Amino acid sequence: MKVTVTITLKPGVLDPQGRAIEHSLLSLGYQDAKEVSTGKLITLDIDEDDENRARQKVAKMCETLLVNTVIEDYDIHCLVADEGDEA
Amino acid sequence: MDIAVITFPGSNCDRDIITAVESITGRLPQLIWHKDSDIGKPDLVLVPGGFSFGDYLRCGAIAARSPAMDAVYDHALRGGMVMGICNGFQILIECGLLPGALIRNSGLKFVCRNTRLKTSQTGKAIMGRLEDGEELTIPVAHNEGQFFADEDTLSKIQDNGQIAFTYAATHGEDDYNPNGSALDIAGITSENGRVLGLMPHPERMMSEAVGGTDGRRMLTAIIEASQS
Repeated sequence: MKVTVTITLKPGVLDPQGRAIEHSLLSLGYQDAKEVSTGKLITLDIDEDDENRARQKVAKMCETLLVNTVIEDYDIHCLVADEGDEA
Repeated sequence: MDIAVITFPGSNCDRDIITAVESITGRLPQLIWHKDSDIGKPDLVLVPGGFSFGDYLRCGAIAARSPAMDAVYDHALRGGMVMGICNGFQILIECGLLPGALIRNSGLKFVCRNTRLKTSQTGKAIMGRLEDGEELTIPVAHNEGQFFADEDTLSKIQDNGQIAFTYAATHGEDDYNPNGSALDIAGITSENGRVLGLMPHPERMMSEAVGGTDGRRMLTAIIEASQS
């Protein structure tokens, strides 16, 4: 099963990259671009057909290595078979 | 006296710290490769600076899960002394031996310059041989050195006396804190005071020929503390 993990900075953690992008957008005239922030996307293929079990395994990976939970939040998204085929 | 230095792929201050230790103790420290799970029973483990594993994922994240760091973790849990410098500090935080996080410098730039450090929480454990309020000039060289922690963690490390070094303004400079660290923190210890992490590089201030000897002073005090 293909799984994606979206990692974002927790609210309140300084995101200098997001701030720089926001400034650049504003200077290009996109006045309505607000609260720009950056994050990471990690994709992996896991040998598991059951979505719940896949989710549990990936959550463990997040807590062990992929995410620093002091400063980051994460969101796991499993691509179920037909959704994966479309992609 | 047994001092161990851990090297990872991408470490680039290991030779400096090895040379520094040798010049203080007269003995070559034990050299440990990141894949070694047996680090012996050293009095002090030094985790050097650099860009372990290319700073991939997060600075220090991959090194923190290496076999050698598992052994360092156990060594620290047994009450062993550990000092992490720069990337070594990031690794100690990533493996959970020290609290908080080190994030991108507030100025968005890699900062490479001398800083003035004020020493505190002396008199015990790894800080035992340094003087309270002692000021040292030590260079920093980092991109992700801004110490960050939530309010609860910050109060806890203050209350526990875990703040070892802070950036200090000696002549009223505005930019004395090079990276925007909370509470001007340059270095912290574990609760038991035996694990120390700091961003500045004492091993780069070992001789008048390179700008001063305050790094020698700091490292000598820490090595002496590990012997007592």
